[in-house]
Amino acid sequence: MKQTVRVAGGQGFWGDSLDAPRAQVEGGQVDYLMLDYLAEVTMSILQKQKERDPSMGYARDFIGAMDSVLTAVTERGVRVIANAGGVNPPSCAAAVRELATSRGVRDKLRIAVVTGDDLLGRLDELIDSGHPLANMETGEPLSAIRDRVLSANAYIGSAPIVDGLARGANVVITGRSTDTALTMAPLRHEFGWGATDWNLLAAGIVAGHIIECGAQCSGGNCLHDWRNIPDLANVGYPIAEASPDGSFVITKHPGTGGIVSVPSVTEQLVYEMGDPQEYITPDVIADFTTIRLAQEGPNRVRVHGIEGRPATDKLKVSIAYKSGFKAVGTLVYAWPDALEKAQVADRILRQRLDRLGLEFDQILTEFVGVSATHGRLSGENGGISTRLGEENSGLPTAVGNGNYEAPEVQLRIGVRGNNRGAIERFSREIAPLVLNGPPSVTGFAGGRPKVEEIVAYWPALVDKTVVTTSVEIAE
Amino acid sequence: MKIRLLDIAHARSGDKGDTANVGVIALDPRWYEVLARHLTVESVERHFSGMLTGRVQRFELPNLMALNFLLHGALDGGGTLSLKTDAQGKVYSTALLRMVIDVPDSDAAAAGLPREAEAP
Repeated sequence: MKQTVRVAGGQGFWGDSLDAPRAQVEGGQVDYLMLDYLAEVTMSILQKQKERDPSMGYARDFIGAMDSVLTAVTERGVRVIANAGGVNPPSCAAAVRELATSRGVRDKLRIAVVTGDDLLGRLDELIDSGHPLANMETGEPLSAIRDRVLSANAYIGSAPIVDGLARGANVVITGRSTDTALTMAPLRHEFGWGATDWNLLAAGIVAGHIIECGAQCSGGNCLHDWRNIPDLANVGYPIAEASPDGSFVITKHPGTGGIVSVPSVTEQLVYEMGDPQEYITPDVIADFTTIRLAQEGPNRVRVHGIEGRPATDKLKVSIAYKSGFKAVGTLVYAWPDALEKAQVADRILRQRLDRLGLEFDQILTEFVGVSATHGRLSGENGGISTRLGEENSGLPTAVGNGNYEAPEVQLRIGVRGNNRGAIERFSREIAPLVLNGPPSVTGFAGGRPKVEEIVAYWPALVDKTVVTTSVEIAE
Repeated sequence: MKIRLLDIAHARSGDKGDTANVGVIALDPRWYEVLARHLTVESVERHFSGMLTGRVQRFELPNLMALNFLLHGALDGGGTLSLKTDAQGKVYSTALLRMVIDVPDSDAAAAGLPREAEAP
């Protein structure tokens, strides 16, 4: 048995750096390349693509990533694990096979395709047999939106990936695997961890949680001492260097930028955290209050002491459904009186929408540069005077003494509703303001706001016993 | 003594549906106790009053010198439904760090809090 296994995180979401996967296999020795492509909203985007073209529905970026690491896989034995399959893992695998053929290495790839997470075709059967798939947040049964469902995928655990690796795959493609299973599975495979080795499984999950968002644990988006994080232009993506006893070191390749420190890793540990004692996965419940961190050397953080408990008998299901339409438009108002002009434009626009008799579920106005992100916490009017020379409340302000006059303010106004026509009409009402509203307005080069169909997210639970995964090996 | 959280903690936030989470981490191990004492469900609810449609939950992680808060109903519906710029709650982290806490001078001295904390 190997005493150290190095799993490199090369992608934190679909849309992450195109260069990171290659940098991870070329910057130093690694055993596995883990690529996480799926966020909650990603599944619905992929589902829309599959509706337009049945051969799509997977993360296309993965094909480019595979091309960039092909030599490392075929000649140096690096194995790739990715949830790039999205809502169509078989098509994703076919595209990788095609790539390998065109590069003349078809015989050197052994691709495992994990399926069984897709429950879309089974929803009625499940509901009829007593699985309400109630919304975990609202308690509503799925039947309330059944006719609008676009996709439904169970979050599956590490077992099918371990199976694929045991059968010799050097590329494992899954659909809706949990992000963390992609890292934990190779550790189980290499170290022979059993399905009830709760502390070890939990350690693998924590390693996965740390590296699943790419550079977000190695200096990216890191608030702690952010000015002094070196060379983010060349940021190193993370590597988990794991031992059979479940301890591991988070590090990155030499010569890369960013930082791996106790604060950088801690920020990632608390990211998207719920109850820290109950980090529930299909494989194990990890207790984040048992994690111990220590700076072992420059850019090396040792993680140990992790405890876990038996998993539940449920799987989480990610369901995407159509939920109306939205559009967001923006205009930029310049000094003088930038904020006041944006406020007046907002009032005018709302009067016109009223007069047109348009009804929306919601209209939201934000003033970017003033209060869009922190609302009233940024002080009344974000500490910005609405008028030249006017004293304002003097509440806390990031920009000065309360008499600061914004050089420009972006008006950002969004609407949401079920009537597509109303949203379309809204999108025609922004541009006219350039000529028939308040002055000093610009920033409309992007054209009319795009009307988007909203694909909303419905989290539910289902009994584990009803989900059967399978692993196919394509030589 | 009034202390702004930004001067004694760092943070990261994320989302799950319509709930934002904010993990607040002490910049110095000695300051965790101060955070734990002053960042209560009540004080955080007060800080965000009018900005959440749901309640606040609080969890302690003394091993990481961190507290985790769940801010329910923080994201205008969350995910793809939300019209907000910050639909995924990415910057609730620094919104919480705007909070000013009032620490008795003796406690502040005992914990070695920065004396000249920037006036908020």
